[in-house]
Amino acid sequence: MTARYLPQTLRGFQTERFKEGYSKFTRNPFSVIGLSLVLLVIFLAIFAPFVTPYPEHAGSYVNFKEINKPPSWKHLFGTDLVGRDVFSRVIFAYRYSLLLAITVLSLVVPPGVLLGLLAGYYHGTWIDYTIMRITDIFLAVPPLILALAVTSVLGPSMLNAMMAVCLMWWPWYVRLVYGLVSSLRNEYYVHATAVIGASNFHILWREILPNCVSSIFTKMSLDVGWVIMLAAALSFVGLGAQAPTPDLGTMISDGATFLPDLWWMSMFPSIGVLIIVLGFNLLGDGLRDLFALEEI
Amino acid sequence: MSMLKFLSKRLALSILALFGLSILIFVIARILPGDPARMALSPRAPDWAVEHLREQMGFDKPIYAQYYYWLTNALRGNLGDSLYTRRPVVEDIKQFIPATVELVLFAAIIMTVFGILFGALAGRYRDTWLDNSVRSLAYIGVCTPAFVFGLMFILLFSYKLGVLPTAGRMTPGVLKPPTITGLLSLDALITGNFAALGDVLKHILLPALSLALGGMGQESRLTRASISDNLRKEYIASARGFGIPNPLIMLKFLLKPSLIPTVSILGLDIAVLFSNAFLVELVFNWPGFSKYGINAMLRKDLNALSAVVLMLGVVFVIANIMVDVTVAWLDPRIRLEAEKQK
Repeated sequence: MTARYLPQTLRGFQTERFKEGYSKFTRNPFSVIGLSLVLLVIFLAIFAPFVTPYPEHAGSYVNFKEINKPPSWKHLFGTDLVGRDVFSRVIFAYRYSLLLAITVLSLVVPPGVLLGLLAGYYHGTWIDYTIMRITDIFLAVPPLILALAVTSVLGPSMLNAMMAVCLMWWPWYVRLVYGLVSSLRNEYYVHATAVIGASNFHILWREILPNCVSSIFTKMSLDVGWVIMLAAALSFVGLGAQAPTPDLGTMISDGATFLPDLWWMSMFPSIGVLIIVLGFNLLGDGLRDLFALEEI
Repeated sequence: MSMLKFLSKRLALSILALFGLSILIFVIARILPGDPARMALSPRAPDWAVEHLREQMGFDKPIYAQYYYWLTNALRGNLGDSLYTRRPVVEDIKQFIPATVELVLFAAIIMTVFGILFGALAGRYRDTWLDNSVRSLAYIGVCTPAFVFGLMFILLFSYKLGVLPTAGRMTPGVLKPPTITGLLSLDALITGNFAALGDVLKHILLPALSLALGGMGQESRLTRASISDNLRKEYIASARGFGIPNPLIMLKFLLKPSLIPTVSILGLDIAVLFSNAFLVELVFNWPGFSKYGINAMLRKDLNALSAVVLMLGVVFVIANIMVDVTVAWLDPRIRLEAEKQK
């Protein structure tokens, strides 16, 4: 920030910064598209019972008069083998996808960030080595494979899939925060706080953590997309959500058996995955550019 | 010398991670509710037979002894018998891995060549229609799961246009080339069997493409970013000022240093191809290692499952080490850094 901000009050400074960020964010069409997609998906998911034409089709519902109907005005995305409206099911599946991603991230981020803070702050000590070597183990296998293995051993279900994804995801936050803290701990303001007698807790919590927050949130917005994609892959294989839960991966794999005749059964949920992942990805990239982060 | 030191440290850390991974896999395979010996036999098998198998598998020993046996056997190349195929897991893997290697190899070639090509063009012609379309397509590539691409391609090219086959490595009637490398395309090429080669290439195109597109998107994005950054640096302007011919500037001064970020994730991307092959092989009914792994997981075939995960861990670790070596070779700064630390 330059000197022109100096005479202003803090409040003025903040609105000024917000305006500047807003204009920077909206200048990139990709970010705006991302934000719109994310807002749209969240809106549809929250108000699913009100915006879908057939909310009762989300669960186990059978209507043999309407089976295997191609897309029409009555059934925008067609109907499936037991006559359920695919459009309604895709919207309800967004609910589960978002719920899953939010649950996973809220379980994974706090321990990941805490371990990263400790390992980075006590850089070069046994704390650092222990935490980072354990992290390395989890990073030594592709997340999809270990998640598949864990779910297959625990038994296929949405909850187990979620646990498996959680088990796979925390190391990425450890690594991110570790990298940030390792450099932040040498900043002058951190040394200055230490000199005036602040506790380690104060330094970590009040000085270092706030400087990691934008990176953490950006990574989280990108990860919502990745977690949804991983969960879709798990249920595509048959190890995720089980019928009759509306789930994008399950719907794709069910429909894949009936290609090419009943193409709408798998293609619309596929596009559904693409839209939600794309939305969070564009948004995450927009945030990264906005905060000028490079580590993620 | 310092490069050697750097490498040996890297190797030691990797071995440590693999050792940890083996513990993790062992724990995962052993927390399974239920009795593996009972599962391997049948629910109605007599108790003495189950007991006998338990002893044979070492399940009557304490857990750390079991781990010790498992690990020492694994290091000798004995990963136990598959509970489903009843053959040694190593034999199974040997049989299935060439198909996956072939698929991943083709995907890696497509991914690298086109990813770098499109990325370089987009970076060079920044903010033109070309750049914008490459960026948009790259986003779609990155955000679409490989199995979705697979299904879309099958629908479009196999069913609607009818030009490419949907499944398998070869059409059943076509004469198979003799097994030399196990990679059908290479075997057909060596024996001069061009009918088979054409058939193999037709079969591999769609799975390899669906596997490649994700990594391709990522690589073109990275290449684009570094090309367009470097293009505005002063050394390019001064190279122009010296009158160096433009093609030389582009290839030698711009492309080579700009490839460092791309190459640094290339190894990881190839390892990710092995992991995504799990889904693509399922879609295209590709008789490979990943399909074997998926089946092992769906059948709770513990020995096969542990072996598959361990193998992928090894692939990942090797890929990471290769990345470090290549980057050090491409980027003199890293080499110099290593020299300084001597």
